[in-house]
Order: sequence, then structure tokens, then C-alpha cells
Amino acid sequence: MELDEMTATKKKLVELYTNTLRIRLFEERVWDLFSQNLIPGTVHLYLGQEAVAAGVAGALEKKDWVQSTHRGHGHVIAKGADMKAAMAELMGKRTGSNKGKGGSMHITQFSAGVLGATGVVASGLPIAVGAALSAKMRRSGEIVVCFFGDGASNNGTFGECLNMSSIWKLPVIWVIENNLYAMGTPIKTVCPTTDIARRADGYCIPNVVVNGNDAVEVYEAAAEAASRAREGNGPTVIECKTYRLKGHSRFDPGKYRPEDEVKAWLERDAVATTLQAVIERKGITKLQADAVRVDVQKEVDEAAKYALESPYPDLGETFTSVYTEVR
Amino acid sequence: MPEITYREALRQALREEMIRDERVFLIGEDLGRNWGGAFQVTKGLAEEFGDERVIDAPISENSFVGACVGAAITGMKPVGEIMFGDLISLAVDQICNQAAKMHYMFGGQTSVPMVLRTPFGEFRNMAAQHSQSLEAWFMHTPGLKIAVPAFASDAKGLLKAAIRDPDPVLFFEHKMLYDKKEEVPTSEYLVEFGQARVRREGDDVTVWATHYMAHKALEAADELAKEGISVEVIDPRTLAPLDKGTLIRSVKKTGRVVLATEETKTGATTAEVGSIIMEEAFDWLDAPVKRVNAPDTPVPFSPPLEQHYIPTKAAIAAAAREIV
Repeated sequence: MELDEMTATKKKLVELYTNTLRIRLFEERVWDLFSQNLIPGTVHLYLGQEAVAAGVAGALEKKDWVQSTHRGHGHVIAKGADMKAAMAELMGKRTGSNKGKGGSMHITQFSAGVLGATGVVASGLPIAVGAALSAKMRRSGEIVVCFFGDGASNNGTFGECLNMSSIWKLPVIWVIENNLYAMGTPIKTVCPTTDIARRADGYCIPNVVVNGNDAVEVYEAAAEAASRAREGNGPTVIECKTYRLKGHSRFDPGKYRPEDEVKAWLERDAVATTLQAVIERKGITKLQADAVRVDVQKEVDEAAKYALESPYPDLGETFTSVYTEVR
Repeated sequence: MPEITYREALRQALREEMIRDERVFLIGEDLGRNWGGAFQVTKGLAEEFGDERVIDAPISENSFVGACVGAAITGMKPVGEIMFGDLISLAVDQICNQAAKMHYMFGGQTSVPMVLRTPFGEFRNMAAQHSQSLEAWFMHTPGLKIAVPAFASDAKGLLKAAIRDPDPVLFFEHKMLYDKKEEVPTSEYLVEFGQARVRREGDDVTVWATHYMAHKALEAADELAKEGISVEVIDPRTLAPLDKGTLIRSVKKTGRVVLATEETKTGATTAEVGSIIMEEAFDWLDAPVKRVNAPDTPVPFSPPLEQHYIPTKAAIAAAAREIV
């Protein structure tokens, strides 16, 4: 391997681990603040699935787009959004990325290339089709990633949108985050195949199943899909097998999940797995990884402090931005 | 000024805006070369602008409407078409939960400059799933703009304005109007949203009516004039934003008002407009607000039943006579 290439690879490996950890520490702080009632509403934590967003985002450029879900904090952080504005948004503060008008389920940062998070399961797929169609029509070279869960693959938009992306050869990557549960329903009870990616065969879309708890493995699949999309060869479906560390949302302890299943997945923890993968490829040493953790913790602490100290929006904000103000 | 049909006016608007702005594209079922749209509005446009800008969509309403949303927020100006207004039910999530809310719930980070065209109303015994008028569903959703052109000149000017609008616009046409002709200016013009048009001035009673009912209102006004009743006819042209001012001024002048649309009565736009009149012009009323709507039933198929169901000009005239 050439020296430049080695440096680039090393840099990418560090980035993959760092982003996985950034999401983990961000979400741990979110859970902490949430438990103190400092974050209102509900939250669908990305804890456990961090390597999916980190791995996919590693294959993207700044100009590319990401369509997020109700479990979206990780997508936003991985795509390079400002962590302070993200944390402030979760608290409903004026300084939030959405000015406090969206919250956890609608967190987005357009400037970072996030098309938006949506609280309606499977409603992001059509939007991703449109963004990819737009990228193709504008000949912008942008590609679009659409994240969604195993549960969303049972919605009509899944079939409709995979079909459209295939017939129009759109530059889109469909990323299924299969955490085995559609809220509390085991996916195996509502889906006839273990590998949801196989459903893409019917739409003539190349598909692959990867360990979603290993950011390096996710990255490699996403990089191949990104090349395919950028070269005009159409969509890819990537199914990432992963697992929630917590329940579905605010009040869900997730007791419907068998203990041995939870235990087995905890042993495959995303941060530990990704760190191991990066160390094996000599991307980072344990000592360097410790230093990364210190930096990331500092970033998260500062974001939380910023968000806590930020003011709530003026009440007049209730009435603004229903329609676009034309100047 | 040349007389053209409502259909031709719409086609001219699409064509002019596609020439003016290369970001404008059309997407919907059977819009392209083989059909030109179920009601022939887009006929010839695929030939002129190519299949890339006049896209035949698969029968996936929620997803191609959502694709309009995604394209709109990334720099394009999509104009979607739903073949029959009734089928808009398949795309309500993308319209009401996504397009209508994005500007607000994302804190102004993006706007959604898309248009969705679809025809409402009766059309030669098409029965319960191809004849409805559902505008009230969407008037209840903040974030949407709604056009309801009744005449060719407004159809053209409103559609051009809709395409240039930064927000999602639902553009509701009426099937019985496609062949109606009107003089339309040859030079470029836009019709601003939120501006009603007084189609006929009068002193005794105001008739506020949309779509085909606006035509029936004008015919009823002719008849009533022979009886010595002077009718003012207002066509709101858009429901969101709604021009309250023109209506309220008229009601304050005449003291009597009939509200007429082809919708089923309960929860119709006429109910909302009636409430606005009660809130803003109660003291000027000399008689109760009258509403002319379809009955609260699905649209029946059998010709005599459908005729019995659709509100008529006679119903408008009768309502006016009752309060004058």
C-alpha cells in the first residue's frame, strides 16, 4: 500500500471509531438529561446502533444527503451536524437546529446535508426518491442515503420507492437498520424472511447484509454502494443487523426481549466491536482511542452546557414559519 | 383577447413556466406521450420537453407525491398530478405530515416549493370514488396553500403563481370546467393568491361560490335579476390563503349571503366561511347565512340520483329567494 493511501485509510478508520463514539456519548448524555426531565417529549435513542450511521456517513461527502427517521440523532451527528444545535433542539431551545420547533423526532440540519427526520415510519423513503431524482436531474453528483428500520419495510412506500429508484436508476442507498423489533413486535413475526435485504431482489436492486455493529464493515458496504450510485448505476440496499441498547422510546424498558438475546447482543456492542475492528487494521492504538474519548466527551459536555444555558423560544415563535416569508 | 378552454389555460401555464424555469418538471400517472394526462391537460408537453421533465409515474401516489417533496427541498420545482382528486387520499401523509409541516417543524431551514394538481367534482356518472370535492380536508391543515380556479383566466394565472410559490400548493381543478372557455390575456400575468374576484356586482344578496358552483351562481344571478333581485357573486379563487376582506365587505353591503360549493355539507368549506361571517359581520346580517352543498352521502352513480345529489343553480336561486 502506498503511504498516502495508508494515511487516508488510517484517517478513515479513526473517523469511523470517533463518530461511533460521538453518537454513543451524545446519546448517553441525552438519556441522562432525559431522565432528569431536562429533555421533554419522547426520545428514540440510537444507543446500540451507532456503527450504522457512523459507517454509512464515512462513505459520504458533505454535499450528499441523508434522510433520517424517528430514531435519528445518530444520523444527524454522523453527517456532521453541529452537536450544540442538535442538543439544544432536543431541549426545545431557541438555539436548536430547528429553533426548538421540531424536537427529537424532527431533528435536522439542512446545512449538514440532512433532509429531515420524520416521525411517520417509512415516510422518508419517498422523500429520498425525490431528492435522488433531483440530484440526477440537476446533475449535481450528490447521492442520497435513506435510513429506515426493519418495521418500515412492511409499509407500502418501501415497495413503491425501491421500485422507483430501480426503474429510474437513482443515486440512492437504502439502509435498513434491522434492530429486530418494530417497536415491541419481533420482526420475525411480521416478516417472512430473516434477511429483509432479500426483498430488494424483486426490484432488481443489488443488496447486501452486514454486521451493523461494526462501522468498518458498514463503511465498506456503503462505499461500494456510493460508487455505484455516483457512477449512475442506481440504488443499493444495505441491511445492517443491529440491536437497541434500550427500549423503543421513553417509557419502554424493552422487557419483551429475551434475556439471552439481549446478553448476546451486548457482547457484540457497537463501540467495542468497531474499536476492535479499527485496532485490528492498525488504525488506532488503545492509547490513542483513550485520547479520542477524552475529546469526544468534552464536545458532548460543551454541547449539553450550551443547550442547558440556551433560552426557550419567544412565545411569538408559535406563529412564525407556517408559510415562507417572501421578501 | 383569445378565448381558450380551462384545459388549454392550464397547459399554457405549465408550458410557460417550464420554459421560464428549467427546475420545473411534471410527474404523475399517464402524463406523458401515450396519454397526455387523463384529462389531456399535459398533452404535447412530453414531446416538447422530453420524458425527463414529464415523468410517467408508477401507480404509487404516496411515493411520487413524496418524491415531489424530496425534489422540492433539494432545488427543483415539481408539479405533481393526481389523476382523480379522490385518489389524493393515498398521498395524505406526504401532503399533510411532510410537505405542510416541514418549513415549520424544521424551524424555517427549508421550504417546499411544490404544486400538486388534481381534479375534483362531478363528471358524468363516475360514482362515489371519482366525483368527490375534498378541499375542506386540506383547508384544515396549516402550511398548505389551496387554489380552486373556476375560470380559464384564473386557472392560468393561479397555476403560474403556484409554481413560483415557495410553499406547497394544492391546485384543485374541476372536471366539468376543462372545456369551459374564457378570454385569457395573451401577455404574461399572474393571479395572486388570497385575492377573491367579484364576478358580478349586486346589492341584495352575496353568493360566495367555488369551481362549477361559481358558474351556476352567475346563471342563478341572471335569473334572479329578472325577478328584481340583485346578486353579487364572489369567487374566492384560493381557499388558503382565504380572502376574507372581499367577502366581509360584500356581506356588510348586502346583509345577506349564500355559500355554495359542491362538497358534502358537514364540515364543508362553507361551514368555515359561514363561521367567519358570524365572527366578523354578524351585526350586518339581515338574514341567516344560507349554505348550498351536496347532501351527506357518497356520490351516487345512477344518472337521476347523481342529478338529484349535485347542488344546482336552482338551489342557489332558491336559497337567495328565501332570505331576500
